[in-house]
Amino acid sequence: MRTDLKIIEPWIDSGSHVLDLGCGDGTLLDYLQREKQATGFGLEINHDHITTCLGRGVSVIEQNLDTQGLGNFEDHTFDTVLMTQALQAVRRPDMVLDEMMRVGREGIVTFPNFAYWRLRWYLMRKGRMPESETLPYKWYNTPNIHLCTFKDFEALCYRKDFQILNRTVVDGEHQDRWLSRLWPNMLGQIAIYRIARKTG
Amino acid sequence: MPDTLPTDSVGIVTPQTLHFDTPITLACNRTLDQYDLVYETYGTLNDNASNAVLICHALSGHHHAAGFHSADDRKPGWWDSCIGPGKPIDTNRFFVVSVNNLGGCHGSTGPCSTNPNTGKPYGPDFPVITVRDWVQSQALLADRLGIGCWAAVVGGSLGGMQALQWSLDYPDRIRHSVIIASTPRLSAQNIAFNEVARQAITSDTEFYDGHYYEHNTLPRRGLMLARMVGHITYLSDASMGEKFGRELRDQAYKFGYDAEFQVESYLRYQGERFSESFDANTYLLMTKALDYFDPAYEFDNDLAKALSRAKSEFLVLSFSTDWRFTPARSEELVNAMISARCKVSYAEIDAPWGHDAFLIPTPRYTAIFSAYMDRVAREVGA
Repeated sequence: MRTDLKIIEPWIDSGSHVLDLGCGDGTLLDYLQREKQATGFGLEINHDHITTCLGRGVSVIEQNLDTQGLGNFEDHTFDTVLMTQALQAVRRPDMVLDEMMRVGREGIVTFPNFAYWRLRWYLMRKGRMPESETLPYKWYNTPNIHLCTFKDFEALCYRKDFQILNRTVVDGEHQDRWLSRLWPNMLGQIAIYRIARKTG
Repeated sequence: MPDTLPTDSVGIVTPQTLHFDTPITLACNRTLDQYDLVYETYGTLNDNASNAVLICHALSGHHHAAGFHSADDRKPGWWDSCIGPGKPIDTNRFFVVSVNNLGGCHGSTGPCSTNPNTGKPYGPDFPVITVRDWVQSQALLADRLGIGCWAAVVGGSLGGMQALQWSLDYPDRIRHSVIIASTPRLSAQNIAFNEVARQAITSDTEFYDGHYYEHNTLPRRGLMLARMVGHITYLSDASMGEKFGRELRDQAYKFGYDAEFQVESYLRYQGERFSESFDANTYLLMTKALDYFDPAYEFDNDLAKALSRAKSEFLVLSFSTDWRFTPARSEELVNAMISARCKVSYAEIDAPWGHDAFLIPTPRYTAIFSAYMDRVAREVGA
């Protein structure tokens, strides 16, 4: 089982109605449907991923978060809205988060930490935009146009009055290491956040 | 037919007819005491009858969806690109039923059939049929064929409306509804085009208020015009440009009113051919069925409310250049399904051919359709 699924699983109640933004090939939804009797949809724009989802019985809607938003979903439609490794690639992450918290009760967000020590070291040593296994792109062709650090994300949540219910910091293989727990913003590579609206 | 039968063809097929003598009450509150339905089947019904797929046809379609009627047939059925061994609707796995709708002119009882009470063709006295009526008659056909629940009901355009109506009227008798290049209701512009077509037919002096059969004639000009205007809405500006451009039949302008541009002669040819093979009263009836289709109407115009009865899963597909039923119309349907908590998947397929794109296989269309139907087949053990 994918380790990030293992981390996310206990945060999803049985029978939940979920929305997965950028659902990829539907692995996560497929798993939640089978193991948690979850219902819901994935949004995706990659053609091959959409076909794969359809083949495995995952409901998928071709919809571009950047151009179409989530305007077609009514308030409080979902128990949980998921977004794995897509926050840094959308045009306005702050607005996407607002929309997530409008259509869903809880949100689960994962993204790479730009303050990870190896990236800091890369920038300091070479003076060039960091590249790594998690971020294998050049500055000019990267889909990751809004990279941030854990601290940045948490500051945004604070400003928006979102409550952070859980945070798990992991390495590139989604392993939870004691070192990254000790000093997450320096030693954590990827974070999985579970957030909710504070009021209402 | 090609010299050798393609391996992915269902081969030579023979239409069948079932007679129904239990009266059917229609949406217009009139009753048909007896009627025939003509249909074709491809593939084999499995032991527990779980692998049946119903194909619903569009305005000018009919029961002959796949294969050839004889070795002399020039063309296969209208959706041969999607139905056959190894094709998206795989006849090695599914038992496919394709029926000519009531009111049609290809064998099922319609305006050109003989009214048993008068001994004359029904003509304009044939009741106006709605999408709901078709679905009801298809359910009665399913009963006779021993099909309790369709693995899927599939249709494009007006056929997609039937696939949608099935999920609302018989939620326990349909597992999947595949709605392609369709809409939850016609727009004013759609109805306007239909009205032009109807006016063209009814104002033809050979129409005789629909009683042309008795005058041994046909409203050819009217039906031709209706088809010409309809045909334009099935294509896209780009595909017409690609196919004809401003190409002339001869070298230079003739400064007259004959068909000089290729597009003119094409439309005239298509219209003329259609006017010989299709019944004008059926054309009127089909356009009315389109206009009346509006499942939200009885639910305070709330489509999501109408859909709350549905239990089937949905696949909705639209085509980028379709301006008859645009992707926005499909999205309207999908959004209502989302809000009704239906299981729905949606994709907009890039294709240059306008509304007609649903009949033309492209790699992505075929891949999506195949993946979905493969999953349906696995689900029903086919």
